[in-house]
Amino acid sequence: MAKYSLKINGKIRQLDVDPATPMLWVLRDHLDMPGTKYGCGIAQCGACKVHLNGVAVPSCQLPVSAVGNQAVTTIEGLSAKGDHPVQKAWLEHDVAQCGYCQAGQIMTAAALLKENSKPTDADIDAAMSGNICRCGTYLRIKEAIKSAAKEVSTSSSSTRK
Amino acid sequence: MNTTKTTYDRRSFLKSSLLAGGGMMLSVSWLSSAKAADKLQALNLPEQWVQLNGYIQITPDNVIKLICPNPEFGQNVMTSLPMMVAEELDADWKNVVVEMGPHDNARLGPQFTGGSNSVRMYWKPLREAGAAARQMLCEAAAQTWSVPVGEVTTKAGVLHHASGKSAKYGEMASKAATLVVPKGMKLKAPKDFTIVRHSKKNVEGHKIVTGKPLFGLDYRADGMLIAMIQHPPGFGMKLKSFDASQMIKMPGIKDVFTLKLYPDGFEQGGFDTRTFNELLVVVGKTTWEVMNARKKLKVQWEPMGDVKDTMTGRSGKREVTVPGELETTSAQLDKMQEYASKAAQQLRKDGDPETAFKNAAQVIERTYNAPFLAHNCMEPMNFFAHVTDEKAVVAGPLQAPGWAEPTLSKLLNLPADKIEIQMTRMGGGFGRRAYSQYMYEAALISKKVKAPVKLMYTREDDMTYGIYRPMYTATYRAALDANKNLIGFHVKGGGIPEHAIHANRFPAGAVDNYLAESWEIPSNITIGAFRAPRSNFNAAAEQSFLDEVAEAMGKDPIEFRLDLLKKAKASPVGKNNEYDADRYASVLTLVRDKSGWNKPGNEKYHRGVAAYFCHNSYAAHVVDIVTRDGEPYVERVFSAMDCGIVVNPDAARNMVQGAVVDGIGNAFYGALTHKNGAAEQSNFHNYRMIRHNEAPKKIEVHFVENDLDPTGLGEPPFPPVFGAVANALYKNKGKRYYNQPFKPELDKRI
Ligand code: FES
Ligand code: FES
Repeated sequence: MAKYSLKINGKIRQLDVDPATPMLWVLRDHLDMPGTKYGCGIAQCGACKVHLNGVAVPSCQLPVSAVGNQAVTTIEGLSAKGDHPVQKAWLEHDVAQCGYCQAGQIMTAAALLKENSKPTDADIDAAMSGNICRCGTYLRIKEAIKSAAKEVSTSSSSTRK
Repeated sequence: MNTTKTTYDRRSFLKSSLLAGGGMMLSVSWLSSAKAADKLQALNLPEQWVQLNGYIQITPDNVIKLICPNPEFGQNVMTSLPMMVAEELDADWKNVVVEMGPHDNARLGPQFTGGSNSVRMYWKPLREAGAAARQMLCEAAAQTWSVPVGEVTTKAGVLHHASGKSAKYGEMASKAATLVVPKGMKLKAPKDFTIVRHSKKNVEGHKIVTGKPLFGLDYRADGMLIAMIQHPPGFGMKLKSFDASQMIKMPGIKDVFTLKLYPDGFEQGGFDTRTFNELLVVVGKTTWEVMNARKKLKVQWEPMGDVKDTMTGRSGKREVTVPGELETTSAQLDKMQEYASKAAQQLRKDGDPETAFKNAAQVIERTYNAPFLAHNCMEPMNFFAHVTDEKAVVAGPLQAPGWAEPTLSKLLNLPADKIEIQMTRMGGGFGRRAYSQYMYEAALISKKVKAPVKLMYTREDDMTYGIYRPMYTATYRAALDANKNLIGFHVKGGGIPEHAIHANRFPAGAVDNYLAESWEIPSNITIGAFRAPRSNFNAAAEQSFLDEVAEAMGKDPIEFRLDLLKKAKASPVGKNNEYDADRYASVLTLVRDKSGWNKPGNEKYHRGVAAYFCHNSYAAHVVDIVTRDGEPYVERVFSAMDCGIVVNPDAARNMVQGAVVDGIGNAFYGALTHKNGAAEQSNFHNYRMIRHNEAPKKIEVHFVENDLDPTGLGEPPFPPVFGAVANALYKNKGKRYYNQPFKPELDKRI
């Protein structure tokens, strides 16, 4: 066991946990933040994606000991009111079926748009292909990302690319 | 965008219900992030809910709560079923909140999610409930205003009278609740619908995109422990001995023990399927600790030998022998070939097929194979249970609580009224969660450790446990006369451990001489319903075969099917034909027209078509393949559906698109194989799932417009995808593909 002080969704969270514990289980079991989902545990499905310093990573592969003072953002902290452009676009396109994969999809999409506010279909495929949706909502996810991209690129003053 | 107030954030919901000793379904506090926040928080819920009947609750403040009776696994019943209530209630959808009902068959009906039945089964009762509530509100208003009830009208949640009097539903709710519930209500004509047939967003959409705890795996209770089960490494194996001396000392580990799921001689119901009966259980504080400790378990397994099970069902009690053999896929295929050449059970015979085949100028014979498939629900199996001597509270993802309860009651020796089943949102189901053994396991573990427990299957546990789609084969034969008329049709299908043949489906009824036969090979690999059971193979094989027959006859595949349907309509052959030839034809003509079949402009595509009827609905697809990076890629799909009235059109389109993607994925990649009893795939690194870049660019969904009562949509679009893919693949590669999944064979060619 070791003590950690983590920066999660803008707040400092303290905990005492086995250093090898993946962030997925730290979030879900220790911090009562079950928005981040377990799907495979081996970096194959993307259900567990969180942002580490703004980059989408599978939290099932991220030991708590590796986080240090890097900022972690989870689906619960993506926006204060659930109104991040990606979340809004997801509602507009009524993307979800069972919904289980969608937190991971949304986190991956949000990270993509931060990097690339005008992604092509190929960019979207490349960024999203680590995220499985068993219900097959891929088409709507793509449409939603494009809608969100429009909002991001028109509203953002610091659009890159 | 039309934001409805049906999306509420129940942030403190879980904890409040748990403190109360109840569960997720008990509405205690509604902390809303939507517009109605102030209004809802000002209410002292739930005391002020006025319950008009099992489905509908109305607050004096005009918030209408509709209880969704059926478990939700992504088919969107939490939106579509309440839409049906709200339609007849004349509610203002913006004031409607929806909540998943608890398990309560007496009050909420059958509560079974499966068989594409939810919308179909509740279409009448839910609308009647809405109409009755509306009538009671009208009655209350009539009495209050001293006017004849016939003069009271309703619109969007408001009662009106010509005198100018009006009242919101909430104002009349308390009074209405004291009135007698009317029966035999007249329901609206489809032309008057204002909610049904008008797309509504998923009522849980906001919670989903903000990561709220909706799923079984998200369920928490104070003092809850985590349990996992170490099951044998292969089918046909059982526990011999184990040594937990090392791991029991590991941090967080509470207990390691074995447990029997069913006692000897236990009479298993049809959905009590379990793969392994003796459970090696590890219980600890946190998921990670239990996962780690499991790796340190030292276990010895041994062959289980033949096992006798007692099954009960509608046909009474029977003993079955589960063979103990450690099975291997290649040997299974050989065995299927052997069985296929033996005499089989006749399922249906019309005319004189033997003579027709003897006299045929040409006989086409093809054999199709398909592997076991794992459901791979995105949320692995899991269940929460808190069992004490007095009662049991269980919560989790389950498709058929009503079927599970009697078994749980027997296993726990508790009467049904001491069992509370709470239904969480399911991270997918696809049939898998109709089999509740994981719920029983959770309950028995909780009983043993005397604590609230959440049982969790890892992905590996989930994928290697069984309850798969069976392994299937079928040989189809067609007899053509010298003029290339189809004069005989024969299907002989088998499977491990079940066959897939639907003897009374198309083309039965359309061919004068017809024979359907089947055989089965027992196995210890457990199987269960998988999205459109049996149909998911039938449509693949039969629709590929018909494509080949049409080609041999020199006919267009759509026109060929339409001709057969014309015949089935005009002079149906035999009895018990399950399909309606007109409706079947209607999806074919719709998909033909919408896809521009045989029309210029589609030269770039290699096109395949297939159609199928199952679960009371009709589906047809045109699949368009292109070659991308040297590989066939399904770039576009046109789908036509006839499921009667489409309750929630946009969500229905979503469902069809999902089924198409699922079908393409399974047709190309889906397979679960075995070696010496052990599943050869255990996680997504070796069980390939369709991914973003492999999904089509476009899936255009069209519905046949009619006013027929709605039927289901979760399953019907799925089966014909396989056939359409196979037929398009033939055009693309110049070669027929008979063995699913197609990808391994495609790769060998390169
Ligand atoms: S759970 Fe981490 S990628 Fe699947
Ligand atoms: S919506 Fe069910 S897995 Fe993606």
